[in-house]
Amino acid sequence: MLAQAATLFRYRLLIQSLVSRELKARYRGSILGFFWSFINPLLQLLTYGLVFTKILPGVHPKQIEPYLLFFFCGLLPWTWFQASLAEASGVLISGGNLIKKVLFPAEVLPVVTVLANLAHFLLGLPVLIALLLLYGRLSWTALLVPLPLLVQLVLTLGLALLISALTVHFRDIQSILTHVLHLWFFATPVLYFYGNLGGWVRTILRLNPMTHLLVSYQQMFFHDSFDHWRGLLAAAMVSLLCFALGAFLFERLRDTLAEEV
Amino acid sequence: MATPAVVARDVSKIYRRFLHKNQFRTLKSALLTGSLLSDLSPDETFTALEGVSFEVPKGATFGVIGENGSGKSTLLKLMAGITKPTRGQLAVDGRISALIELGAGFHPEISGRENVSINGIMLGLTRKQIEARFDDIVDFAELREFIDAPVKTYSSGMYMRLGFAVAIHVDPDVLLIDEVLAVGDEGFTRKCLDKIGEFRRRGRTILLVSHSLGLVEKMCDDVLWLRHGRVADHGDPKRVVDAYLTYVAGGEEALLRASDSDAAGAADTSATGATYQEGRWGSHEIEIAAVRLLDDRAQERHVYVPGESLTVALELRAAQPVEDFVFGVGIFTADGVSVYGTNTHLEEFVPQRIEGAAEVRFVIDALALVEGTYLLDVAAHKRDGTPYDYHRGLHSFRVKSRVKDVGVHRPAHHWTFAGGVSLAPPQPRPELDLHEDDERQG
Repeated sequence: MLAQAATLFRYRLLIQSLVSRELKARYRGSILGFFWSFINPLLQLLTYGLVFTKILPGVHPKQIEPYLLFFFCGLLPWTWFQASLAEASGVLISGGNLIKKVLFPAEVLPVVTVLANLAHFLLGLPVLIALLLLYGRLSWTALLVPLPLLVQLVLTLGLALLISALTVHFRDIQSILTHVLHLWFFATPVLYFYGNLGGWVRTILRLNPMTHLLVSYQQMFFHDSFDHWRGLLAAAMVSLLCFALGAFLFERLRDTLAEEV
Repeated sequence: MATPAVVARDVSKIYRRFLHKNQFRTLKSALLTGSLLSDLSPDETFTALEGVSFEVPKGATFGVIGENGSGKSTLLKLMAGITKPTRGQLAVDGRISALIELGAGFHPEISGRENVSINGIMLGLTRKQIEARFDDIVDFAELREFIDAPVKTYSSGMYMRLGFAVAIHVDPDVLLIDEVLAVGDEGFTRKCLDKIGEFRRRGRTILLVSHSLGLVEKMCDDVLWLRHGRVADHGDPKRVVDAYLTYVAGGEEALLRASDSDAAGAADTSATGATYQEGRWGSHEIEIAAVRLLDDRAQERHVYVPGESLTVALELRAAQPVEDFVFGVGIFTADGVSVYGTNTHLEEFVPQRIEGAAEVRFVIDALALVEGTYLLDVAAHKRDGTPYDYHRGLHSFRVKSRVKDVGVHRPAHHWTFAGGVSLAPPQPRPELDLHEDDERQG
């Protein structure tokens, strides 16, 4: 795992330029360009906002009012997570030319998708902070956000490595993943308040590392007080484990990638 | 020449194939039993290379030839480190740059400028090195006006040029080239060849995979011929290329035999003494029984110097009288480029009658060709092209010259110098005398 991390560090220049290429290329040719990084989450917010405040209103406990702001705190990190994995599943296949024809460190590709989506996440933060200020909810706990962010980065990297390498062998994963991520979205407290859950639902959600990450973000941004240390720590352990597994599997499958892509 | 640049010892590469149906079953069972890694076993294997051993000394230009699917590209990929050998060892000393797929890492949406820097980083350059070489790269690719346009607006030729320019400016110790010189227009190909020549002069090692046998013969110091993943021959370029040509001609002939049983009965007419097996077809109403290449003293010879006279003598037989006939001769370079072709019909001879034994001579007064191996087609056919007897590349001759000029055709020429220029005349070095008898020299 350390070796893997060292390799990634060695290729930082390559990763850095590929991420910036990814960001530049994404909105190249569109009129609004980089503004899409702000507009995308806002539009998503509006869609869900319409559904959960106008069509299905009044089911939100007091703790998560204003509901849209609460939802936005979870939406941004979730989008990072979900988009990273969805893109990572196809990234080795679409980058097959590189892996097959050039001496190219394959692990760079999934890492770049995760980092490019991290950049979108970071670009969305000013919007969130502006909204928080508007509602007068921003407090010092927001300074702790780098902690869950780092944990999420490790978790997402690990899963991205795992998924990207396995998808080369089992293309089915790409189709399955869409549904898994959809389910995962609802099994993660983005739309609802974790604090009010009880019974078996809570037990299941506790096993989900994303739950603890999102609760952390929500507490830090929205609730102005953070006490989910144990959950965050557990998520950190799971994330490291995930990264180790992803790195190990990627290393095992590395030699087959150029042949199977 | 101390340590070799590339050492391959008993290298084998076995590709594994996963059949789609089984793949699905594998996923299912893998998920059920939770044994993903152990279940990744292949259903079928394909041996792309088997027991390949060779060494490439530093500074050498090494060619790899062979038919499609003979393992050439696999070998190149192994050397580039893209895949690893299944068995055996392959060691490459120094930085490699592989011209396997030009512009493989280009992103269509962003500009040529940005692609150059990212591609350079991919190939192992630092930012500073790229900045220092950027102008050279752009000038070499001849893309200065377009360098800030997105790569998707480039023509495929421009794309290739930029890819080649970046790859060549990585300045590797070992350069791998896979057939990429076939792209681009004549001018750019020439430029690439010049750049590769410069590489050779600077003592860098080059590995060239190509179907262009002429290029391989001209450029390489050493040639490896792969056949079905094994080394078929290895050594002197001319010898290996000739052996390969013989083999390919034999393969073509076998195909012709299968389709035309008449040709199977054809007599052995390998009168030129060339190593090529016959590749011939036709109805045999007129038969080219023998083909001889004669010099100015009517002696049979296969090596000539430029300017000599060469006669192609066709010994013909027609069992029945024939009134519609044309005789033709074609000269080709070793890689199949037509140098010259003509026939009696094009030159407006009117056939009247041929019966029994006959001889036709095609006399070239002065051979205006540069050094190289040339193949001959000779044919007797009807005016509408229906062949009586067609010999395809069965006969060959070589031109040897002390002057290492380039191209195909050497026009009769001389130099004059006037005004404020002075050149010492060349050392008197007469062209070789290849006549076999020595009575006049004695």
